[in-house]
Amino acid sequence: MTSPKPKSHVWTTLLNEYGMVLVLLFLVITFSAMTLQQMDSTGAEAGREVARLIADQHGTSAVVAVVTATKGGDEEFAVAANSALQEAGVTVAVTISGSPPQVKQALEAAVVKHGRIDAIAATGDSAGLTLFDRIEGVGSEKCVSVEPSKWPKFAKAENILNVANQTAVYAIVAIGMTLVIITAGIDLSVGSLIALSAVTTAAVIQMNGGGDAGTGAIVVSCIAGLLAAAAAGFFSGTMITAFRVPPFIVTLSVMLMARGLARRITDEESISDLPQKFRSIAGSTELNLLGYEFGLPNPVILMIVLYAIAHLIMTKTIFGRYVYAVGGNAEAARLSGVGVKKITLIVYTLCGALAGLGGILQASKLSGDPKLGVMFELDVIAAVVVGGTSLMGGQGRIFGTLIGALIIAVIKNGMNLMKIGSSDQQIVLGAVILIAVLIDTLKRRGEGA
Amino acid sequence: MVNTSPLLQMQGIEKSFPGVRALSGVDLTLQRGEVLALMGENGAGKSTLIKTLGGAHQPDAGTITIEGKLVSLSSPTAAIVAGIGVIYQEFNLIPELNTWENIFLGREKSGFFVDRSHERTRAAELFKQLGVDIPLDVPCRRLSVAQQQLVEIAKALSQDVRILVMDEPSAALTPQEVEKLFTIIRDLQTRGIGIIYISHRLDEIFNIADTITVLRDGQYVGDAPAKEMTREKMIEMMVGRSIENEFPKQAAEIGEPRLVVDGLCRGTAVRNVSFNVRRGEVLGITGLVGAGRTELVRLIFGADRRDAGEISLDGESLKIRSPQDAIHAGICLLTEDRKSQGLVLCRSVRENFGLPNLKQFSWFGAIGQKRERDAFGQYVDSLSIRIPHQEQLARNLSGGNQQKVVLAKWLQQNAKTLIFDEPTRGIDVGTKHEIYQLMNRLAADGTSIIMISSELPEVLGMSDRILVMHEGQLKGEITDVKSATQEHIMETAIG
Repeated sequence: MTSPKPKSHVWTTLLNEYGMVLVLLFLVITFSAMTLQQMDSTGAEAGREVARLIADQHGTSAVVAVVTATKGGDEEFAVAANSALQEAGVTVAVTISGSPPQVKQALEAAVVKHGRIDAIAATGDSAGLTLFDRIEGVGSEKCVSVEPSKWPKFAKAENILNVANQTAVYAIVAIGMTLVIITAGIDLSVGSLIALSAVTTAAVIQMNGGGDAGTGAIVVSCIAGLLAAAAAGFFSGTMITAFRVPPFIVTLSVMLMARGLARRITDEESISDLPQKFRSIAGSTELNLLGYEFGLPNPVILMIVLYAIAHLIMTKTIFGRYVYAVGGNAEAARLSGVGVKKITLIVYTLCGALAGLGGILQASKLSGDPKLGVMFELDVIAAVVVGGTSLMGGQGRIFGTLIGALIIAVIKNGMNLMKIGSSDQQIVLGAVILIAVLIDTLKRRGEGA
Repeated sequence: MVNTSPLLQMQGIEKSFPGVRALSGVDLTLQRGEVLALMGENGAGKSTLIKTLGGAHQPDAGTITIEGKLVSLSSPTAAIVAGIGVIYQEFNLIPELNTWENIFLGREKSGFFVDRSHERTRAAELFKQLGVDIPLDVPCRRLSVAQQQLVEIAKALSQDVRILVMDEPSAALTPQEVEKLFTIIRDLQTRGIGIIYISHRLDEIFNIADTITVLRDGQYVGDAPAKEMTREKMIEMMVGRSIENEFPKQAAEIGEPRLVVDGLCRGTAVRNVSFNVRRGEVLGITGLVGAGRTELVRLIFGADRRDAGEISLDGESLKIRSPQDAIHAGICLLTEDRKSQGLVLCRSVRENFGLPNLKQFSWFGAIGQKRERDAFGQYVDSLSIRIPHQEQLARNLSGGNQQKVVLAKWLQQNAKTLIFDEPTRGIDVGTKHEIYQLMNRLAADGTSIIMISSELPEVLGMSDRILVMHEGQLKGEITDVKSATQEHIMETAIG
């Protein structure tokens, strides 16, 4: 009697299951609209943008001139472009603010002095000058300027990447938390495990030469950090399965113990003498996508890969099916031959290991600080819950958690851009979490469950 | 003026849920002091109908009048005010509170502090009226099912109900307890209380009911005085076709012993039990509730740890320490309680089916979803499981269909020994019949079957051999089932 799902059913399922995606889209559109601002061809903002374009196109070996008139905003443009170019390692041959004849004279002098001019950073007005073509070795095609336009601050590529980068560590740790919550458990220790893993990693690096540590030492230290956190997760899992202590209590204790341990390892200090290679773990990878070059932060790449793997595991494998069954009805699962204890133990160990990975990333970004990850667990739990995973267990989706983490990050970022104070941000975030759970509860009631 | 209108009249009640028409135009009339048996298969709409009476569901159409006055039962409280008490299959008692605290829960007199002595005295009076002896100060979780039911009845009486609805009150009671319940029901009758009684046990219906109302597929089929009704006629009304033989036992060829159990012990629950089941045999195990039957089979299945005892299958000694081991060895258990032990209610029926069978469909831990769907699809057809699609949540199925999903899950295992613990409890006549026929087929294929049941007609009707348990021990064995009687079994079971 199996018939294909009726159409209306498909739509309601889509709305039910991916309603959070709509919420995320709505937030993105709202924040884009609210941060919409005029982008001029002059002023500091334009100066930085032009500098970025030049650095991307010509690289650090370029010789550049900065050309502006003396109107309003031109000075800011010149200063911003100059400093941004120098920061990027580009040689600034000359910075000229003045009338066309002055520009011509100064440019000619610069060409003589440096032998060439590869690009000219100009305001919109200056780029329109015809004199460039009359100078030997220079042409108007070398002018780089930005068109005056309107573009939301929120939707800028760098901001989006920034949001993704900020989400990545939360989202990675939230994978483990999703599994734990699907088994009807909770793990309060992930924040402390981040600190434990970060200081363990940093401490092992320090023992192997600190800032001069080699690749081998870095690999060993990362494994040590990961293992430390995974061992703590395994300990929690053992307490929960073998002695039936409630997960809330076990992980609360582990949260305290791991934090204390992290502080002892470094004597309350933060270890920041770390090698460049280790720093680059949380750096960026240069990608060339359809001719557009940009740096994708490694944590984001890792996040995407881990989510894809976790999604496959939870939907397509025996292990995933068992995790759902254990959370839905542990006794029925056991009587169906599922090794409930084994599954629970694996889930807590995995959650610890993922928190450990988060700790390594945080150490690479910041330092081996025992104060890392304080209150982190609450944000992670919030992401899981906003993503639609039920605290009752047995239900939830991996990608829901990613959406949940993104929703929280987008709200935080959008409010920052709108210059909303952190106290008001807390109020909004609290309300968002409550509303998300409320919608979920009402939805379930509607299903008559 | 004497009120001549009936105590309760429901007319043209309609109720739809998304995708399901649960009730369409149901009529029901209940007189003062009458016991009305509401009959129908699972999914016929009985539960929905009584939930409308209890104020848990609001009908889409139709009227409800009590003593001629139109009432609106918009909430459980409104139903209580209107004088309707409903005792659901799952009791509404708080396990940690004692009897009188439960009886007066939510209706405590006085201001801030509870008037304990008044409530306690009132509860004692209620129990006395019912002629039962229930300890007052004991938390409800420590009472037996029968006692908890009496607490529910006392609670209803304390609310001055005129209409009492009981959903499957006898499902978990022993025959003696059922007798006692009937005495109380007859007493309530003389006080003018109208009773709506739901049960799948036909014998009881003829024993207690004055009138029988039958529903089928959410529709009113008819009613008749119990005296004019016959068993066959009622089954035909419920099923929509006549069932020739309630217990269609076909004896299979019985071979050598397969499962052999020797000296099984666990505390006082199971004491030194030894028996065997042979190829193609259906072994019935009966006894009073609490005699240790479920505990015994849980030991065989590895659900609980045994203190001592040997288990072997087909001459091979087994080391069973978990259900996983038992399933691997070829022993499967269909648990007594589907909802808490048989199914993961919040997951789909397909996932429930797959749970013990995933390794058959998988390649290095990755599930072949199509193979799983196809395998389940075959059982959906062969067991005629009524589901809109395989992704339906197990929670949303009727009891009979839930039981079929659990059956499908174990059938896929091709077990050597299949243990059925109360396989037909709370299940309608039509599905019962299908389960019996399935047992016949399995036995014919050489499976050895253990069937635990409290329903003696079922045990006598379907078993090749019967074991009777009492206080954790085997008390008797009946090899000549054809000439055995219910009385004979009861005598052994009582000890």
